[in-house]
Amino acid sequence: MNIVVCVKQIPDPAEPGALDPNTKTLKRDTKLILDESDAYGVEMALQLADAAGGGEVTLVSMAPNNETAGLRTALAMGAAKAILVSDPSLQGSDALTTSKVLAGAIKRVEGADLILTATESSDGYTGTVPEQVAELLGLPSVTFAKSIAVEGSTVKVERQTEAGYDDVECPTPCVVSVTAGVVEPRYPSFKGIMAAKSKPVDELSAADVGVTAGGWAGAGQEIVAVEQAPAREAGEVVEDDGTGAEKIVAFLENLRVI
Amino acid sequence: MAAELNETQLALRAMVREFARDRVAPHAEAWDRDHTFPVDVVREMGDLGLFGIPFPEAYGGGDGDLTTLCIAIEELAKVDQSIAITLEAAVGLAANPIFQFGSEAQRQRWLPDLVAGRALGGFGLTEPDAGSDAGGTRTKAVIDPDTDEWVIDGTKAFITNSGTEITSLVIVTAVTGTAAGRPEISSIIVPAGTPGLIVEPPYRKMGWHASDTHGLTLSECRVPRDHVLGEEGRGFAQFLATLDDGRIAIAALALGVIECCLEEATRYANDRIAFGRPIGANQGVAFKVADLAVMAAAARALVYDAAALRDAGKPFKKEAAIAKLYACEAAVTATREATQIFGGAGFMDETLVARQYRDAKILEIGEGTSEVQRLVIGRALGLPVT
Ligand SMILES: Cc1cc2nc3c(=O)[nH]c(=O)nc-3n(C[C@H](O)[C@H](O)[C@H](O)COP(=O)(O)OP(=O)(O)OC[C@H]3O[C@@H](n4cnc5c(N)ncnc54)[C@H](O)[C@@H]3O)c2cc1C
Ligand SMILES: Cc1cc2nc3c(=O)[nH]c(=O)nc-3n(C[C@H](O)[C@H](O)[C@H](O)COP(=O)(O)OP(=O)(O)OC[C@H]3O[C@@H](n4cnc5c(N)ncnc54)[C@H](O)[C@@H]3O)c2cc1C
Repeated sequence: MNIVVCVKQIPDPAEPGALDPNTKTLKRDTKLILDESDAYGVEMALQLADAAGGGEVTLVSMAPNNETAGLRTALAMGAAKAILVSDPSLQGSDALTTSKVLAGAIKRVEGADLILTATESSDGYTGTVPEQVAELLGLPSVTFAKSIAVEGSTVKVERQTEAGYDDVECPTPCVVSVTAGVVEPRYPSFKGIMAAKSKPVDELSAADVGVTAGGWAGAGQEIVAVEQAPAREAGEVVEDDGTGAEKIVAFLENLRVI
Repeated sequence: MAAELNETQLALRAMVREFARDRVAPHAEAWDRDHTFPVDVVREMGDLGLFGIPFPEAYGGGDGDLTTLCIAIEELAKVDQSIAITLEAAVGLAANPIFQFGSEAQRQRWLPDLVAGRALGGFGLTEPDAGSDAGGTRTKAVIDPDTDEWVIDGTKAFITNSGTEITSLVIVTAVTGTAAGRPEISSIIVPAGTPGLIVEPPYRKMGWHASDTHGLTLSECRVPRDHVLGEEGRGFAQFLATLDDGRIAIAALALGVIECCLEEATRYANDRIAFGRPIGANQGVAFKVADLAVMAAAARALVYDAAALRDAGKPFKKEAAIAKLYACEAAVTATREATQIFGGAGFMDETLVARQYRDAKILEIGEGTSEVQRLVIGRALGLPVT
């Protein structure tokens, strides 16, 4: 059972982020870390490979400045190897170009039975990459997986819905996006951290994965303007005159939270 | 000057920080209150390889160094000193001497479980009548010629990790003879459960409530002759060397405590309103917080400087004593000041800085008191101090 996991490396959410006023995109000049959303996919892949009694977990990432810190974290958790596409020409790539790059990199992994992604990243969160990758690879895809089981050449997915979940099946190979929080990602052990140092990371250029018109030139979208989010408005104070609980329930129902 | 942390050390720090936040911090108050030794969490730390950091892979270790171990201890101490000292004592005082001084057979027998955190070891040096003056050990061990066993008699006081359900051994120091008219001391490995090794009930301590500490009585306690650690008669030199390494690790623990105080006090000084403004708007409070930042920076430099010397194989005895002395005294000051900034809330047991305050005092006492550190430093400076 060979599994590819797309992992995005993002600026540490614990550090205050900043937008580049010229490009209107997030500054990515600091050390990048593994997007926590992708830790679930990595964990699920490791568990599936274990359950299948073997196979390799390969990571695929596109990131600036040959960044590998986030990949090393996932390698320390137990992934076997990684492909990193890093190329100055990719600066300014939109989600479709990103998907082309990832699809091109995934094609280089032989015998991949399953491709996992998160449902959306923590920094860009367009939530569009997984389906674009599937389309570019010509593979079926399932979104919002809360659990995945593989039986022979069938992938069985519990697909999270507002009300509960759908049971969905699909043949391998396929692309499945994993909902955050559905498994408990393991901590990378110290031995894992030491072992990760010598695991192979294949560094490729845009041309290597067949993307020649990436970056600003290739972007089908343009970021026209960026504005401050409106300041949070004052909340509503509910006085408890004995009907407080009902008022709160009504409020939450109105928001369709419950 | 201590080098910048490398990729491996940064990755380990990120892992331990997350582990401490998610698996230790939420429970630390309850463990403190109930005096619980959280054996499951200790096992998890074992699975993560924390007990094996500085040991070779041949024994299941991680092939790391003292600097990396210090990072782990520092991160754990930010949320719970008891957990941090459990790691520090197990690695620094038990596994380390077996690795440094043990025969290959002793390493093979004992290290794999200690290194994996499946077992803990204790180091029984202190006695009711021999603490700072550890050379004054009264515990005696003599060979029974009929069975070729050591027969050990004596009492040990305040021994960390000596009575947990996963304790596999205690290394005890004992007088095994005389040389040139002076008592000769050896270290002897006493497996847990050996008849005659009596683990006394836990102490009522002022802090470190989730750390395991017992007095030990050795009463005609018999172990095979080959249980002497390394060479017979080398016990005194062995424990001096063991304590040198341990001092850096204890100083790292103290550093974590200071950093915790800095973080907590900064937050509270910004949030707590008195007289219509944050208490941090008063210089009297802000200056205390500034002093905490200075203590943290100074302790950090001393700890990682000493650790870097040790890892580079250079002499580090004086630097270790300086780091231990400064960081531990600063930790006591820092916890006292942070508690002051928290006002009445700072006196409540469930407040983190209150627990750190109670826990910190022992740092000026264990693994060589502050006075003993000053002796070591004074001697290193060439003073005729005794
Ligand atoms: C005009 C324009 C210019 C931009 N310029 C830049 C730029 O210069 N630099 C930059 O970093 N971003 C840039 N962006 C943002 C960037 O396009 C998106 O962040 C990126 O394409 C992924 O989209 P997302 O994070 O919304 O992915 P989502 O669809 O939310 O991601 C879902 C999942 O797909 C996978 N995935 C997504 N991205 C990656 C990746 N890079 N590697 C591996 N797996 C991944 C992960 O599993 C992720 O959780 C630009 C956007 C636009 C519109
Ligand atoms: C929680 C806890 C855990 C411990 N864990 C361990 C352990 O795992 N293993 C172990 O072996 N021990 C352990 N100890 C014991 C600890 O190391 C000793 O308590 C410490 O070394 C001091 O010895 P003492 O208590 O006999 O004090 P004493 O030596 O009696 O000292 C009393 C006071 O006199 C001072 N003093 C003594 N001699 C001099 C001098 N020459 N010049 C100036 N001042 C001097 C001391 O600094 C101290 O202030 C632990 C103690 C505690 C409380």
